[in-house]
Amino acid sequence: MNKELKILGIVAAFTLVLYWGVEPFAHSQMHKHVEGHNFVYDGTADIEEASKDKKEAKKKFWSEVKEIAKLKGDPVAGEATFAMCAGCHMDGATNMGGVTPPSLDHAGAIYDKNFLIALIKDPAMATNVDHKYPNGTMSHPMGSITTMVNTPQDIANVVAYLKAKKAGEVTPKEAFKEACGRCHANRYGKLTQLGEIPKTKSNIKTGQDIDRMKYDQKVATEQNALADYLGKLPPDLSIIYRARSEHFLETLVENPQSQLPGTAMPRTGLNKEGYEKVVEYLAETGDPSAPARAMAGPWVLGFFLLFTILAYLWKQSQWRDLH
Amino acid sequence: MAHFEKAKSLNEWLDQRIGINTLKKVMQSEYWIPKNINFLWAMGMVLAATFGILLVSGIFLLMYYNPSTDLAFDSVNYTIMTEVGYGWLWRHIHGVGASLVFLIIYIHMFTGIYYGSYKKGRELIWISGMLLFVLFSAEAFSGYMLPWGQMSYWAGMVITNLFSGGSLHADGLVEWIRGDYVPAQAFLSRFFMLHVLLMPLAIIGAIVFHFGTLRLPHVNNQDGKEIDFEESARLWKEGTTESRRKSEVIPFSPVFLSKDVFVMGVYFILFFYLVFYHFEFAMDPVNFDPANGLKTPTHIYPEWYFLWSYEILRPFPTDPGLVAFAIAQVIFFTLPFLDMSPNVAPANKRGAFHIWFWLMLIDMLVLTFMGKLPPEGIWSTIGLVAAITFFVLWISLPIITKLEKKL
Repeated sequence: MNKELKILGIVAAFTLVLYWGVEPFAHSQMHKHVEGHNFVYDGTADIEEASKDKKEAKKKFWSEVKEIAKLKGDPVAGEATFAMCAGCHMDGATNMGGVTPPSLDHAGAIYDKNFLIALIKDPAMATNVDHKYPNGTMSHPMGSITTMVNTPQDIANVVAYLKAKKAGEVTPKEAFKEACGRCHANRYGKLTQLGEIPKTKSNIKTGQDIDRMKYDQKVATEQNALADYLGKLPPDLSIIYRARSEHFLETLVENPQSQLPGTAMPRTGLNKEGYEKVVEYLAETGDPSAPARAMAGPWVLGFFLLFTILAYLWKQSQWRDLH
Repeated sequence: MAHFEKAKSLNEWLDQRIGINTLKKVMQSEYWIPKNINFLWAMGMVLAATFGILLVSGIFLLMYYNPSTDLAFDSVNYTIMTEVGYGWLWRHIHGVGASLVFLIIYIHMFTGIYYGSYKKGRELIWISGMLLFVLFSAEAFSGYMLPWGQMSYWAGMVITNLFSGGSLHADGLVEWIRGDYVPAQAFLSRFFMLHVLLMPLAIIGAIVFHFGTLRLPHVNNQDGKEIDFEESARLWKEGTTESRRKSEVIPFSPVFLSKDVFVMGVYFILFFYLVFYHFEFAMDPVNFDPANGLKTPTHIYPEWYFLWSYEILRPFPTDPGLVAFAIAQVIFFTLPFLDMSPNVAPANKRGAFHIWFWLMLIDMLVLTFMGKLPPEGIWSTIGLVAAITFFVLWISLPIITKLEKKL
């Protein structure tokens, strides 16, 4: 018996070393280390990774954002100024310069305050894709905002309005649609870049579904525009939850440049709660069996524990008088 | 027409027709196993059980899997995982089982090496076992193609490329294997066929052969002792407590089997713990990105059980690397002939061979680690040294075993 346990110990030790080597250790060496910033948007990483000629401009930009954040915003005045934003950020908005302006219905709830300030002040800088706009922020699809809402107090007011009035309870799916869904489809969640796939009916005699074809054509047009604007079609996120680690997703969302240097993906500026909602949705579509596993696991393990105890008793009875 | 009496029981009826009593004796009650064994002797049955689990879970998956390059990925990741009741369970069982079957194969192999269970009449047990290892490797590789993710595609690309033979530039052979210039529909269809039909058939045949090779030389025991099976069987059949204590053997069923079933129980607890709580290790994240011929993944590496031989390929220049790789695939077959020692004994009684055993095990572990790491800096140096060590060990084996003292 002691000898058997000794052998088991050796086998188990080698197996664990093997596991450590090919899983945790190998993965720690294969992926570059990216520091998380706990969803604080103060430009630290942007300034660090900026090229020499841009360092000063970025420092200045983020320190100004910090100053605006100190102002007390007036939500009522902000609502009036927001009318200018609503010209593009409205229900049924269509593609503008490559991408469809997002709904801001829950912007106050899912996005960080500093990020929103930075975004209104300079969308290209805030999203850390200024390298894509060598001719200046005006060539960014949202660039014109810099001519419309440009005093520190105006910016503070609009953000105060968003934080007060556009901050209702948000579902994981809504968070995904607003923050990611205009560029990334989620086919397992039945979402395209245009939102939920509508229910359509095919003609019973021919099997043709013309409404669906029309919808598919619209999606294709939107995808082509996105690919032209971003350089490629952003990947479908149906099971990205299984394809990337939590740490990768978190740091990518905080600052896409940290994981994919040079990427066209803009920072979305999600706060911690907003990010958690998005990940909850990604887990729903990417790992839908989690609740069923949690339910069935203990029963199956319990069964095999019982099985093993009974097998042990049988073995003892068979081997009792052998030595 | 032979003469048949009317049977008085089902057992008698069966015995008249298929000799069931003889069959039971031959396969169970008088199939003699040495008494002096430890739990490592149960690995054979653990493997048989794991193969059974893979077969059953595979049949369930086969009902929903769609072997077309357009639909394969979603049939696995959406249909089976979301729409099929308990589809996720079958998939995770299949994935974890595929990984664990190799863990147990390696334990089974190194048990055989440690106790010298490939010598003096047991050569064919070893060779048929190695044949099973090769067939399981082909089965695992072909199965890995089926989800048609990034790693399926690129592993398929890299491994089929090996058949171009480096400087031989046998590109025609590679195209013939793929059925296309790159892995595409023809490739997926044929690997699907291999995975669900040809390889399982060959494996089942080889398992029967492997069992067959055990029959005459009998299973080895912990001390490599030569046992008088006839005398021990006689003592066992005498049936008294004392004679059974004196006997050095036990019948396969129920005595040996009772221990096997207990070991299997412990194994199943580990197996299903992994299935429910830790299945990610068996399913590489990279393969959850759909196959894309235009985008090479940053790191391409095989599943963990192929890493050691992959690392024998990698550190050398192309041509010597391919030769080394080819040798590594078959070198274990030659073990019974390269081990020149007359002793059938556990390694700890065999002097230099004892050191050889642990060095080989550690070297393969190091190769496995390096096979996954990016081949850069210190990792490629360690990989090269480990690959050379592998061959030095094999070359030294006949010498050190020839010099071994007879016990």
